[in-house]
Amino acid sequence: MKNDTLKKLGLTLFVIAVTVFFSLSFIVDISFKDKDVSSLLEEKNKGLANIVSTIDPAPAYQMPGALRNAFNQYNEVIVNEYGIKDDELKNFIEKLDSDASKFDTSAVQSFFGKDDFLTTKFLENTSWMIGRDWQNFDQFKNSINDKLQNVNKAVVSEYGLGAEKQDAMVLILMTVGAPDFLKTGLWAFLIFGLAVAGGFIHFIPLWRKKPGIHNDHIHHNKSQTRQWPAIIVFVCLVGFYIFLYHYPHYLANQIALLKPLSENMSGGAANQWFLYGFMYTLAMFTMGARMMIKYRGNMYQQVRTVSVFFFQVAFAFTLPQILTRMQLPAYDLKSAWPLEYSFFFDYRIDEYMQNGSLGLFLFGWGVVLFAIGVPLLTYFYGKRWYCSWVCGCGGLAETVGDPYRHLSDKSLGSWKIERWVVHSVLVFAVFMTAWVLYTAISGDSELLGINSYSVRSTYGFFIGFVFAGAVGTGFYPVMGNRVWCRFGCPLAAYLGLVQRFKSRFRITTNGGQCISCGNCSTYCEMGIDVRWYAQRGQNIVRSSCVGCGVCSAVCPRGVLKLENKTEDGRINDNPILIGREGVTLNL
Amino acid sequence: MRIENILNKIAYFRCEHDEHMAHGTVIIGNGIAGITAAREMRKISDERIQVISIETPYFFSRTALMYVYMGHMKFEHTKPYENWFWEKNRIELVQALVEKVNPEKNELLLSTGEQIKYDKLLIATGSKTQYFDWKGLDYKGVQGLYSFQDLEKLEANTPKPFQKDHPTKKAIIVGAGLIGVELAEMLNTRDIEVTMLVREGAFWNGVLTPSEAAEIGHHIESHGIKLMFESELDEVLADDSGKVRAVRTKKNEELECQLVGITTGVKPNIDFLKNTGIESDKGILVDEYLETNIPNIYAAGDCAQMREASSGRKPVEAVWYVGRMMGEVAGANLAGKKTAYKPGPWFNSAKFFDIEYQTYGNVMAKPEDKQEQYFWKVKDKNKFMTIAWQKETNVFLGINTFGIRLRHEYFNNVLKKKMTVGEVIGGMRIANFDTEFYSKWDKALKNDFTSETGIEIREPNMLQKLLQR
Repeated sequence: MKNDTLKKLGLTLFVIAVTVFFSLSFIVDISFKDKDVSSLLEEKNKGLANIVSTIDPAPAYQMPGALRNAFNQYNEVIVNEYGIKDDELKNFIEKLDSDASKFDTSAVQSFFGKDDFLTTKFLENTSWMIGRDWQNFDQFKNSINDKLQNVNKAVVSEYGLGAEKQDAMVLILMTVGAPDFLKTGLWAFLIFGLAVAGGFIHFIPLWRKKPGIHNDHIHHNKSQTRQWPAIIVFVCLVGFYIFLYHYPHYLANQIALLKPLSENMSGGAANQWFLYGFMYTLAMFTMGARMMIKYRGNMYQQVRTVSVFFFQVAFAFTLPQILTRMQLPAYDLKSAWPLEYSFFFDYRIDEYMQNGSLGLFLFGWGVVLFAIGVPLLTYFYGKRWYCSWVCGCGGLAETVGDPYRHLSDKSLGSWKIERWVVHSVLVFAVFMTAWVLYTAISGDSELLGINSYSVRSTYGFFIGFVFAGAVGTGFYPVMGNRVWCRFGCPLAAYLGLVQRFKSRFRITTNGGQCISCGNCSTYCEMGIDVRWYAQRGQNIVRSSCVGCGVCSAVCPRGVLKLENKTEDGRINDNPILIGREGVTLNL
Repeated sequence: MRIENILNKIAYFRCEHDEHMAHGTVIIGNGIAGITAAREMRKISDERIQVISIETPYFFSRTALMYVYMGHMKFEHTKPYENWFWEKNRIELVQALVEKVNPEKNELLLSTGEQIKYDKLLIATGSKTQYFDWKGLDYKGVQGLYSFQDLEKLEANTPKPFQKDHPTKKAIIVGAGLIGVELAEMLNTRDIEVTMLVREGAFWNGVLTPSEAAEIGHHIESHGIKLMFESELDEVLADDSGKVRAVRTKKNEELECQLVGITTGVKPNIDFLKNTGIESDKGILVDEYLETNIPNIYAAGDCAQMREASSGRKPVEAVWYVGRMMGEVAGANLAGKKTAYKPGPWFNSAKFFDIEYQTYGNVMAKPEDKQEQYFWKVKDKNKFMTIAWQKETNVFLGINTFGIRLRHEYFNNVLKKKMTVGEVIGGMRIANFDTEFYSKWDKALKNDFTSETGIEIREPNMLQKLLQR
């Protein structure tokens, strides 16, 4: 078949697969008829099963609303049974005889019963009102009425399905309610298989080319130059991240597709993170194959691609499932703090401590990795050992993100912004960890008047979700494939400091052979103006360089070589361009 | 550093508004030679610098034009310095054509009608396409490839990327040199059928050895380019509207085409200097300080011709590196730091489709008396090299390398030290500049070389230490 035909065919298959995948949210009904809902519920909430099983089958996008209605219905029953009813409160207030000063602990206890749950919760919410100077009784009455809702929320949490558990329950119920035909593995095979097949067909023309540099028409291609196809990809990616993090229940049918795989691997049901991990790995596989084809003849690129894919499959995807199966903390052994920012969080530390010597090993491994492994390996090989050989974020960037690598901004201004932002994130990550550790060790919930939970959740939202996820990956088609690594990753900042100041790694410039063509700078995903150094005969020593080696690959004159050598002469701010006699240094 | 910048700005501002200011230095041409001179000068001196060029407002890398056409880069990417760079370094850029130089009045006449005075002048106007007297060169669809305007012309003469319905389907390239191969590679990306007319019997055989020329020829052909050896252009033929329709060769063959690329070399771009008193031959004649016969007028780069070339070098060398090195020297001299232009061992590089080429020292296409050559190829790979040395003394003369990257620093050193070929090959492990994980070839080379030439290989310990860093 002709190359154009193959490309179109491949793309069509891929788009069909993606369309089917997303349409599962709209066209496939979720139903609780004949489903064992009860076993998913806590003992106290078994009653909810009856209500849920009466919900009419509906597509996934409508089901969360229906389920929430059911939860409300159920919780109303709970409030009626265990909560404070309006007339009860009315009676209580009447007993006070329009005298707010009569409101005290004993009045509450005598009305609601001394050791009752209600009494405790009621007092928790209203004890501040005792002995206050009220302007009039109505003001008191309104305040106490306002607090009724809080008390009943607490009642719901205690006896019913509390608001804090509802999101998770919607997702759990919906994945169970997803139709059985999706869960056989057949549809997963068909949909994901079609997407991968589409990709491979699309790569056949690339396979037909001779080994060499294949950058023809990149800047003529709409999808690679921020035009409408790129914007569609951008919107889809960002949208997917928003749904994944904030509305995963709309993806219940998609999660259900992976039920057999998840059960075989971890023994547990699939959730949105399993789906994400699976798709992430599959995307890396497909686009990794593209890298292997594109860089046929360049062993560095091929070995590196195999390496990142291996670490993704073995360490990021499979190992945590096995650990879960062994009922150990699901920890990705290659993910080092501060990229793995929750590593020192109290609940994580508790997990390690509860798991005996193996838990202790996991904890020790993490500490040794960031404190000794990272600086030592960076000293010998540069930060590339992590960023473009091991890291999952880097792995996605180097495979899925490769078609967008030229979109990074190379201006001096962007370099300034990069240094401020990425080092700020590092500082933020260090402080947050210190905050969390301090509060965990001291038992205070606050340090300098700031709650460690709010620091943690701010970091989690802005850095964990917005930066690493939505921006980090979603912005591939508009800002290049290393937005997160360049501007956001605290580990990259840490590795970068080591690489800049104490490392054997550099990109050597080959004497005076540079012709300033600019291929190196254009294809540097980290936005390094490589040419600036190469054309003055200077080695490239930059904290941000992830050592992907593409500058060296695209150089038409053999000017750049990634090397680990002794530190002498690595950094030379007054380079001499080889080529003529009598050149002296003007120091 | 900041305060320095501010002071510079104030000085600059004063200069601009001072009626009796010095005219400073004017550089004609914003290519690699002119721009390097301006930058080099600015490092040493605070004088006013103006750079005049008609071609583009800012300096760009001429060698990268092909990548713009092929879509590897946008034109923006070919600019080695951001636009703010020039103002920050107080290098004034003027976009105009210099029509006349008047050395008596120290004055230039620009195409805008403006007259510019100078104290010192550097002419760095580069080259232009060398056309011979063929008939039909005026027809639409005949062009060279050198300038930004040539690229624009090529865009107009050929289909847009992915365009199917364009009349230009076949192209003839006249001349098989580096620009010819670039043009062939470019046209290939727009699905144009390319035929190259090669006057000689092998590809670029004035420079490459016969084995190399054969290898490169095969490689070019493997990309679908047709090479017609021993063919010369006689006449370009056009249709009624004046568009190219075919060429006729001297063997009287008529070859259909809609585009004719003339890549038979370049020549110094110095026509505007006629009758100015500035001496020229092929190029502007300069002494070792790159000064012309008129004091305070210098020339550098492609347009300059050395009155006395240093040994092993040609009087006119139209390559990027020479432009840059001459620019460094001219800049120093303009700034008052007297510096002679003494090029070191020759080096150059190019790329023929997928095969990178580097050369260090001198490897003759046909070895002279008392010179030996050894051609070596990695089996079944597009990796080969030719090593040249002096008979009897075994002194290493040079190397051509294809598909294998070699370290410039190494060869610069061994050539200057006049080391023997055995020592040079002995150090090939250090000289290897290939990407990591590429299969090593130095041992095989050493074995093959010794067994075929009988010359003993010696590991240069001293060099090893020198270059291990």
